[in-house]
Amino acid sequence: MSEPRFLDAGEAALVVEFGSGVDPAINERVLALDAAIADAPPEGLRELVPTYRSLMIHYDPLRLDRDALVLLVQDRLKSAGTRKRKTALWTLPCCYELPYAEDLAEMAGLMKLSAVKAAAIHANATYRAYMYGFAPGFTYLGGLPKEIAISRREKPRPPHDSKVILVGGGLSAIATFAMPTGWYVVGRTPERLYAPDRDNAFLMEPGDDIRFEPIDGATFQDLDRRAEAGEVVAKRTAR
Amino acid sequence: MTLRTLSAGPGCTIQDSGRHGYLRYGVTGAGPMDPLAHAIANRALSNPAGAAAIEVSLGGIEVTSETETLALAFAGGDFAATLDGQPLPSAAIALIEPGAKLKLRAGPSGNWCYLAVAGGFNVPLVLGSASTHTRTQIGGLQGRALKVGDTIRTGKPAYSAFFNAIIDAPILDRPPETIRVLLGPQDDYFAADEIEKFLAGPWTISARGDRMACFLEGPKLTHSQGYNITSDGIAMGAIQVPGEGQPIVLMADRQSTGGYPKIATIIGPDHGRLAQARPGTSIRFRAVSHKEAVAARAEEHAFLAGPIKAEPLIRTEFSSEFLLGLNLIDGYVDAEQRPSK
Repeated sequence: MSEPRFLDAGEAALVVEFGSGVDPAINERVLALDAAIADAPPEGLRELVPTYRSLMIHYDPLRLDRDALVLLVQDRLKSAGTRKRKTALWTLPCCYELPYAEDLAEMAGLMKLSAVKAAAIHANATYRAYMYGFAPGFTYLGGLPKEIAISRREKPRPPHDSKVILVGGGLSAIATFAMPTGWYVVGRTPERLYAPDRDNAFLMEPGDDIRFEPIDGATFQDLDRRAEAGEVVAKRTAR
Repeated sequence: MTLRTLSAGPGCTIQDSGRHGYLRYGVTGAGPMDPLAHAIANRALSNPAGAAAIEVSLGGIEVTSETETLALAFAGGDFAATLDGQPLPSAAIALIEPGAKLKLRAGPSGNWCYLAVAGGFNVPLVLGSASTHTRTQIGGLQGRALKVGDTIRTGKPAYSAFFNAIIDAPILDRPPETIRVLLGPQDDYFAADEIEKFLAGPWTISARGDRMACFLEGPKLTHSQGYNITSDGIAMGAIQVPGEGQPIVLMADRQSTGGYPKIATIIGPDHGRLAQARPGTSIRFRAVSHKEAVAARAEEHAFLAGPIKAEPLIRTEFSSEFLLGLNLIDGYVDAEQRPSK
């Protein structure tokens, strides 16, 4: 494995860059370093932001010297490679039926599939939660099967509902907020991936795996009510 | 004790020092656009530098105290302030008795003014912070901008002997013409002559900006290896260059990650300098070393660590020169208009 690059994002953030693409092995190195630093954070560390391919380290340069931080990262990289990270497999209920899957037929048609077939392909894969970004709880997923790896729309579509499952740009994602998007809405989950008043405001950690369990509209309604009342309706399996 | 808003233009929000520790979950830090001015307004009242205060936009605000005398302080852009119609300096401590009205309006320069109260504003914390992020509707008052008739509870002041005073904070006098940057993290997406073009500018601040981003207009920058990168983290002040070649500076309400190359990042002490520059202002960037950036930060830190100087103010003693220097004209601000120099 090649050595990471150290890049400055201003005087108060250091980027440790492991690669340039979306790759589970690269992401695993990012998360291993993230955990190794979080286990024993140096004085002056502000926050750690793992992404697909890099770790952004926000720090106070008046309390933590930049060169000392680089040395610390190099030291932690030695131990990070050997550690085994605890991960979870999440089974998230997902309704692939109308009105919850408003773009499924359009996406399936563009990929020359029936809507039922496209939903089955989406539900039969295991995804990696690479990173959060863009909005609270917005989760970028890797592992989308090739048959439904559609590119993004040329023009964004109007705002969708919250808690929708998206595909686009060769990836899948879970959007927690209503927003315009260049991706396709293929389903909706009743689970709240982000609930600011819950003890664990965010259910999943970057690096966790996700499977979608198809549910019908009536089950969605029932689980949605239970989730609204604070219940976690996704299933978690430790790995 | 409560403060009541009698009027609030669009875009006035409650901000503390920002929401920290949740960028990894996609949560925006928010916090003040001009962190230095925010800290000075708080420090003038002996509040912690990061206490919750009101970020006042060009739309202005008018507030009153409901039941008890409140000590307020404001600092930031050159706003026009009046207490019951009597002009105050643009950075001041003002005691407002029940029923008294403090009004802040857009003045000759600057976009943001910070209104702090002794003891800080007391609103429910979301993910550990009082900062408002209106796009995701969290923090402050139900995640929204202030409106007429809001009542905001205030905390217990650490200190009680306040008086009307001018805040003496020369460090706030930051002309925006030159903004210091550290090149990177993706300056290698641009050839040397494109970096030169970026530093030569000049760039004009567009009227399109908000708390999320400041858009710049100037020479077209060309990428040497495409403009799509696999998303990575975004720091405040990051200058990303999308395909069309016109830079976008990501500010307090920026998203946590993004997929355009970032040619440079504005250094911390200059975030407020850019935030206070009005649309139409011409700016240039100057590249500095990491060491210079840290030294500038240390200077700001030292200023805030000391007491903020406040000279007692007796309203009848305003000089005519001072009064002439204030913008007393009521009305709106044309965002397209170049600020007069």
